Parts: sequence; C-alpha cells; structure tokens
Amino acid sequence: MEIALNVNGEARRVSAAETATLLDVLRNHLGLMGTRYGCGLEQCGSCMVLVDGTPTYACTREASTVVGKAIVTVEGLGSADKPHPLRQAFLDEQAGQCGYCLSGILMSSKALLDRNPRPSRADIVAALDRHLCRCGAHQRILRAVERAAAVLREAKP
Amino acid sequence: MTVPTLPASLVENPRLDRWIRFLPDRTVRVATGKVELGQGVVTAINQIAAEELDLSLGRVQVLSGDTAEGPDELYTTSSQSIEVSGASIRLVCAEVRAKALDRAALRLNCGRDELTVSDGQFLQNGQATGFDYWSVAGEIDLTQPVTGNVAPKPFDAHRIVGRSTPRLDLPAKVSGAAFIHDEMRPGMLHARTLRQPSRGAELASLDEAAIRKLARGPVEIVREANFVAFVSPVESVAEAAAAAAAQHAIWRNQRRIDLAQQEAAWLKHQPAEDRTLGAPVAPLHGEVIEATFSRPYIAHASLSPSCALAEYKDGHLTVWSHGQGMHPLRKNLAPILGMPVEAITARHLHGAGCYGHNGADDAALDAALVAMRLPGRCIRLQWRREEEFAFEPVGPAMLVTLRVALDDKGRPADWTTEIWSGTHVQRPGSGSGFLLAAEALPNPPPEVKPADPPEVRGGGATRNAVPLYDIPAHRVLHHLVQRPPIRTSALRGLGALPNVYAIEGLLDDLAARVGEDPLAYRLSILSEPRARRVLEALAKRAGWTARGPSGTGKGLGLGFARYKNRAAYAAVAVALEVDEAVRLQHVWCIADAGLVINPDGVRNQLEGGIIQGASWTLKEQVRLDENGISSRDWDSYPILRFSEVPKIDVELVDAREHATLGVGECTVGPTAAAIGNAVAHALGRRIHDMPLTRERIMAALLK
Repeated sequence: MEIALNVNGEARRVSAAETATLLDVLRNHLGLMGTRYGCGLEQCGSCMVLVDGTPTYACTREASTVVGKAIVTVEGLGSADKPHPLRQAFLDEQAGQCGYCLSGILMSSKALLDRNPRPSRADIVAALDRHLCRCGAHQRILRAVERAAAVLREAKP
Repeated sequence: MTVPTLPASLVENPRLDRWIRFLPDRTVRVATGKVELGQGVVTAINQIAAEELDLSLGRVQVLSGDTAEGPDELYTTSSQSIEVSGASIRLVCAEVRAKALDRAALRLNCGRDELTVSDGQFLQNGQATGFDYWSVAGEIDLTQPVTGNVAPKPFDAHRIVGRSTPRLDLPAKVSGAAFIHDEMRPGMLHARTLRQPSRGAELASLDEAAIRKLARGPVEIVREANFVAFVSPVESVAEAAAAAAAQHAIWRNQRRIDLAQQEAAWLKHQPAEDRTLGAPVAPLHGEVIEATFSRPYIAHASLSPSCALAEYKDGHLTVWSHGQGMHPLRKNLAPILGMPVEAITARHLHGAGCYGHNGADDAALDAALVAMRLPGRCIRLQWRREEEFAFEPVGPAMLVTLRVALDDKGRPADWTTEIWSGTHVQRPGSGSGFLLAAEALPNPPPEVKPADPPEVRGGGATRNAVPLYDIPAHRVLHHLVQRPPIRTSALRGLGALPNVYAIEGLLDDLAARVGEDPLAYRLSILSEPRARRVLEALAKRAGWTARGPSGTGKGLGLGFARYKNRAAYAAVAVALEVDEAVRLQHVWCIADAGLVINPDGVRNQLEGGIIQGASWTLKEQVRLDENGISSRDWDSYPILRFSEVPKIDVELVDAREHATLGVGECTVGPTAAAIGNAVAHALGRRIHDMPLTRERIMAALLK
C-alpha cells in the first residue's frame, strides 16, 4: 500500500506492506539508517523515534498507523552544520562507547527536554530507563542530557 | 650492538609500508590490525602516530582491520591493542620520521639535528625549508623492514599523547548511519538463517512451501546440508521466512541438555584435563581455610545482533565484518570455502560493542556461504535477536575453590586456587573452535580437544588465579572441563572476574578472622609499590576510615587486581545498600595504566568495565533448557539499567614514566570483588555464588 509519512519535517511517500514496521520503512524505504534494530521486542530502545513528540518503538509500530503524525528520527536532530544541542552535548561529554544505543537514547532525551526543560537527574533516569546500554556509558549519557538541558535553557531565556 | 626486542606485531609484519603511507592529499595513513569496538583504539592510534610524526591529529588517517593493506595483528583482544599495536606504530613512525629527516638533511646539505618538524613541514633552525614529508616520501624505501633502532620521543616531550582527545568515530554514531548494519549497496540482498540447533543435528525435513507462504514475498532458500538461509531483496521477507522456519523444520539427533548443567556446580565431577601450576602440592600445616565461589555462564549480549556483508565476484570474495580480527577471519574462511586465502579480502566495519568473541565471525561465514551461492550480489546477513542470545559463544561458568594455610599471624603461608571451567577460547583458528556454520556443512570439522589460552597470554580460567600478594607458596590446580553443555569462549576478562571475586572475598574473611581492617590486612601482605599506591589512594577517595560496622544493611567494600598480573592495576571500592536486593550507590576506582594515551578514553573504559562487571555480578546468568540456551531476550537476560547504575568516580594515577598498560578489562574483577565484599559487609554474611540475586540475599539472611 501507499503510505504517506511526515518524517523530519518532510512529506515522504513509500509503497510498503500494510504490516511494515516503521523501523523497516525508515531504514529500507527512506534510507534513514540512524534508527537501529536491537531486539524487535520493545525491550532495548535502540529503535526509539518520536511520533508527535512521544517516544515510540519503531521496531513494532506499523508505519500505516502513524500516517499524518510528525515522525522525528536522529537524522532530524539538527543538521550537520547546526547539530541539535543534544548531539553536541553527547560529543562534549564523550557520552558513548560503541554508540549503538545512542540514537534511541537521543530521541527519548529530546522528548524529555521538550516537555521538561529543567529535568532532575531522577527525571532523566526515568526517561531513559527503557533504554539499554551494554558498554556502561550511563553516567556520561546522564551528564550529556543535563548539559544539553542547560544549553537549551540559555538559548531560550 | 644489541638488537632491540620488537613487539610481536612488528616481527610478524616487518615491512614499514604495511604500517604507514604518505598520501597525495598531504595526510599520512597508518594501519593497524586492531579494530574499533567502541573502546576508542582508532583515536588512540591516531594520537600515537601524530605524536611521533609531529603532525596534527587531522593529518593522520587510521586504516583498521583490512587484510588487503593492513598488518596482521591477530585478534583485538586481551587489552593488548595499545600495548602491542600502539607500541608498534610508535616505533614505525619514529623510524620513518628519522628516515624522512635524513633525506631532507641530505637535500638541504645540513645536519639532521638542525631539522625539526611542524605539522609535517621540515624547519631548519626554526625556518621553513620548503621540504616536508610528502616532498621526500618518494625517496624513502618503505619496503624495508623496521629495525626498532630509532628511539621514540621521551614521555616528557609529548604534546598529543596524554591529552584527552575526542573519539573520531562518535560524531557519526550520534547522527545517522555508522555501523555495518547501515551499509546499503546497490542490488543488495538480505539474508537470515535457520540455525542448526546443536552440533550433529540433522535437518530431516524443511517445509519450504509453508515458509515461502509465510514469507509473503520473493525468497530464495539456500540449503547446504544442515545450513539454511533465506535470501530476499526485501529485508522483512527474509526476516519473516526465518521467523517461520523453526516451526517448519524437523531435526534429528539434536543434543539434549540436562538442566543441572546450567549451574557451575555441575562442572566439578565432569571429565577434565587437570594440571598444576606453581608450587608443588605439599601437605598443609597450621590452620587451613577453604571456600568455594562460583560464576554461572554469562553472555556478551551485544546490543546489536551480529551482521556481515559478503560479495563474491570474479573469483574473489570480499567480506565485511565487525569481528575482532580480519586477518584471522579470512584465514578461517578459506578452507571452509575451499579457496586460497589470497582470494578473500576481509574488511572491518563497526558493530555494537562485543566484549569478546560473540557471533560476529560466525555471521561472516554465514554471509560468505550465501554469497558463494549467489555470485555478483552483495549479501547482507543479520542474525535475529534470539539467534544472537542462543548461538553466540558464552562466557564459561566457573567454580573456584581456595584453600589457604595460615601462618601464626593469620597471613596466608600457602595458597591454592583450584578451578573448574570450560575453555575460555573457542575462537576459530585457535585450534579449539570453529566458525559455527562449518558444523552444519557436509563435512563438519571433527570435535577437538578444548584448549585454554596459555599462561604466556595471561591464561584463560587461570587468569588472575595467582594473588599479587606476598604469599610464600602458591599453586593453581586447573580442571579444564572437556564437554560443557554450550559453546564457551572469550568474554571480557576471561577467568579474572571469578578469580578476583574469590581471592578478594577470601582476603576480607581472613582479615576478619584476625580482627583486622580488610585494607590494612591487604597492605600488610602487599609489597608491590604500584599496587600499594592505588589501594592507598582508593582508601582516601572512598572515605575508607569512616567505614561503619558490618551487618547494618549498608556496605562498603573494596577489590584489587593487576589485570593478568601484568597489565593495568585497578582498585575499586563500592558503597551500597542491601534490603531484599542490592542497590549500588557509589563506585570509586583508582587505576595505574602507565603512560596513558587518551585519559578520557581510558576513564570511559574503566567506567564501562565497572558497570558491566556490576551487571554480571548482580544480575546475569545464561539460562538453559533441554534445547540449549533459553534466555533469548532481554527479559530473560536482564542487564543493569539506568535506574540501577551507581555514581562513579574514576581516577588515574600519574605513571607516565612507565610503559602503557592495557586497561579495557582491568576493572571487571575488582568491581565484582568490591561488590561481593560490600554485600558481605552490609549483611554480615558472604554470598559465594554469583549473581547476587534477591533469592541468594534472602537465603543468606535466613542462614
């Protein structure tokens, strides 16, 4: 079937099975490879994207159910010239080792900061607790989200 | 004149041009056989080369894991990359720099001592000469072998080495495509496998029609004896076919597992190859203390399932893999595929962290088998999540019994570490293991006797089995269990985690017997100055003197080891609370890694080892059922989460006058030990068996 999607602010049209997952459509139809397959079971968070601002597991969500909604992936998190403060904060804190978990974590972090510009450490932990990181970069990741929150607050006094 | 001792990598790959090339875009390409696994090795190698050549970081490119152009440095393991590859590249760069300056001096008719290098430009007494590396590169014979006769810079001249440098690979990983999984090639086909459930299992029937129907799209089924793959231009179709396949396959002669085999205790009465290392077994005098500790099977549990690309074209096979060694991979593929080694190129691409020997190499053979059947097409083969959990080699279960005779001051006079374990290395090509799918092909390799890494490489089950403390006599009794129920292989630290957990746990108990503080007791039997320094620094950082009484539910414990008794020193302290479960609060770590290349990179590795070690100690156990590994998802194999990680403070002592020591694995053992000791402090009772689950804590409290 034809599926019309709004991804990272652009209208995109794909021809995919009705049951195609959003992850499959993003990667194989739209070439957006930043959203990652980890488990396909909503257990690890590697595939997290935003659907109308809400963190959503792309590995199980059918693309046909998000027509008309705004989808944001890690590629939509700023641009190469002007990265979103979250991206920059993760680099500033060197928040990652292998990095496989990071795009999902960045998306949950964005959702958190969009709704709560002054998150406590506990708020950040709660927002990221669905995400697994196997390398053990957790503390760096928490610091990076705090740093991004501070940068964003300064930008919007 | 003495012949310098070269690192093993230079002995095996002596030609300079295997390591370094001057490129027309005025950069220098250095090559390493070690690969990026998320540990930051490429960034550190970049720093080392830039330092020795007097270049900016941006003028150095690092080629990593490439059989066509890079050196063969075996596998990226055992915290050896900076110690061995880094040391090799340092010597190569120092030598090439000297050769280039010799040429320039000749052309300028001046002494070499008058020349200096600034970002590749040659200056004579500080003035520009118009010469640089690239203008003399054509006059240097890089086909020559390295001599090792040019001394690298002294550490006090370093301006890049020793400074924290951002990881080169991280920007791509926070912005989009970055991994082997993300490679898309024109005409690429997706593949998934149906795994042979165990060695020796035979595929009696496969209902291909039913599978095709459920695949809902074009699918080619590649079958060779007991190897099956589903191939489609549409990834979801290949995925659906593989998901449906298990229900439509009938296997004969599948090996069955007895549930008791899941636990480390099972190992004790199995056929084993026995050996004794160290002091001869002697009758023990005085008071003898004995305690047994255990660790179950644990998983690498990489966040991404393994993936590989392969393309067979014009008689040449190219394989892209996130495995730990590309040269070994190509050598292992060649005989299985019946091809000469030279007809295969293996190239490394990034995957998720592997922490040892996981499914990466096996996926590469899977992809190659499919590619050979479909020439001219690039095959992207990805394992399914449950496949990664169920078929990757796991870290072996271990049983460790310590038997210690005490002197009249309650100090160990004679120490025995007795270990039961399956092998810690079944890497293909090591002589004790195979690429997985080889067992499914028409002529499966014969079963081989397992072997453990030799002591010269730090041992496997015996890694860190010898305490670094001053003990008059010690020995290791090693029982290499011949037939563990599941495939076991290298996992970060090998036997170090259970051995250090046991040794450091018993030391706390020995201190308690004589009414002494665990730290003071350790220092009374530890003369190694670098070891003492990290422990003493740790005590200050962790507020050790304010440690409360035991049995209050709050615990502070420490653990120490020098990894392999020859790599980095790490002392770790853990503060935690125990009610029904363990809540980690704060972890402190002091490490001595000698000359540090990238301090932030090292801290990242130390922190990662602490969290992974904590996760293994508190939560992880591979579960079995009669078919094999039954913990095939993250619910049945939970790992430490954001809400469970402690605050972490890591500090490196300044030891830059000493050689670089590998750090990647040095914190896992001390962390496990510190948690074990902190839990014992909190409960007033020791738990000997990992993981320290709610059930074990309740059982300990009821004792």
